Amino acid sequence: MASHLTLGLRARDLSCIRGGKTLFAALDVSVLPGQSLHLQGDNGSGKTSLLRLLAGLSEPARGDILWGGRPMAQVRETYQQDMLYLGHALALKEGLSALENLQFAAAMTGQAWSPDAVTKALRQMGLRGREHMPLQVLSQGQKRRVALARLSLSPAHLWLLDEPFVALDAAACELLLGLMQDHVGQGGMLVFTSHQALSWRGGEHRSLRLGAP
Amino acid sequence: MRALWSLWRRDMLLALRRPSEVLTVVFFFVVVAALFPLAIGPERPTLRMLAPGVLWVGALLASLLALNRLFEADHRDGTLEQMLLSGTPLTLLVVAKIAAHWVLCGLPLVLLAPLLGVLFDLSGDALGVLALSLLIGTPVLSCLGAIGAALTLGLRGGGVLLALLVLPLFVPVLVFGAGAVEALAAGLGSGAHLSILMALLLLSGLFSPWACAQALRIALE
Repeated sequence: MASHLTLGLRARDLSCIRGGKTLFAALDVSVLPGQSLHLQGDNGSGKTSLLRLLAGLSEPARGDILWGGRPMAQVRETYQQDMLYLGHALALKEGLSALENLQFAAAMTGQAWSPDAVTKALRQMGLRGREHMPLQVLSQGQKRRVALARLSLSPAHLWLLDEPFVALDAAACELLLGLMQDHVGQGGMLVFTSHQALSWRGGEHRSLRLGAP
Repeated sequence: MRALWSLWRRDMLLALRRPSEVLTVVFFFVVVAALFPLAIGPERPTLRMLAPGVLWVGALLASLLALNRLFEADHRDGTLEQMLLSGTPLTLLVVAKIAAHWVLCGLPLVLLAPLLGVLFDLSGDALGVLALSLLIGTPVLSCLGAIGAALTLGLRGGGVLLALLVLPLFVPVLVFGAGAVEALAAGLGSGAHLSILMALLLLSGLFSPWACAQALRIALE
């Protein structure tokens, strides 16, 4: 466990080809504990593709990804236990309540989150009184808040967030930024994409611009 | 284990909260089976002869109806991605999904078939064998259909392609399922047919979850 944390996530010489077009080539990425990486770039520059590669959802055309110094293929299971990926799609069911959705998300990763803990996380995201409502009556932003409540519940050290600020109001953006900064401040690792310029306080924050000529 | 159980429970819960999909399958089966005796007329020997085939074809088409939604919703809302990243083997998660699908769309057909068989003047023994053949046969349909559903995931007009893909695979199940009841009527005993159905179930139960998982991985690339 300790070795994962000291060596972090490292990708060497990554290339990604989508629809016959090279999105990026010979890309080196590394995230160590206490570091955050902000992926920037125009639409279609490969931010989401890079995140999906890092999450292990797709295979790179070239290059390899190391977790704790070992190739992803060897440590996939421990990596998945220690990583939280939130993509464009929120992986929430309209027919289930926020509470049920989060408890299901926990069970899928083999954890059990108590209803109290989930309720607390939902209230922290400003969803007091909506814990038991079916998701279909919540607004787009509120649904995103439900998905983001996973962040404060999951024990994962590495967060991979794809456009986490989309559809959030100013207060929720502030809340999320706080969560992200706390996570990195406590030695977590973070990779995220966003078009917003962020005022990041504390921790080691870098940004990587994809598709730059 | 917790992941499998909660995935199964979630699929059941979602279907019960929005029962129209399951009801469509059941309704289709009942309508097909109920219309045939009306159209054919009241001659009992003819009805008895047609019953196994009609009921089996009805069950087969009914189970085809619900197949293309098996993975579609999970694919669209990103749950499938999270399933792949959950650390639980995808093959096992697919088993939970197929099991939930069969309980929702296969088991009702098994339970209804003996009732509908009465419309065709089937004897008590024949009703029993019919239900038994469906009990063994419909899980095979779910397993084989799931492979087709996984392969056609995300394709536009995937429904037609799905039917074309899986119907040839369904044929042996149909032949031996309906054959079991016919063999009983002919006085040959249905043991051989049921044994072959059982073999098909074991084979598809072992192979299908793995094949589905591979197809789903490709769909998510």
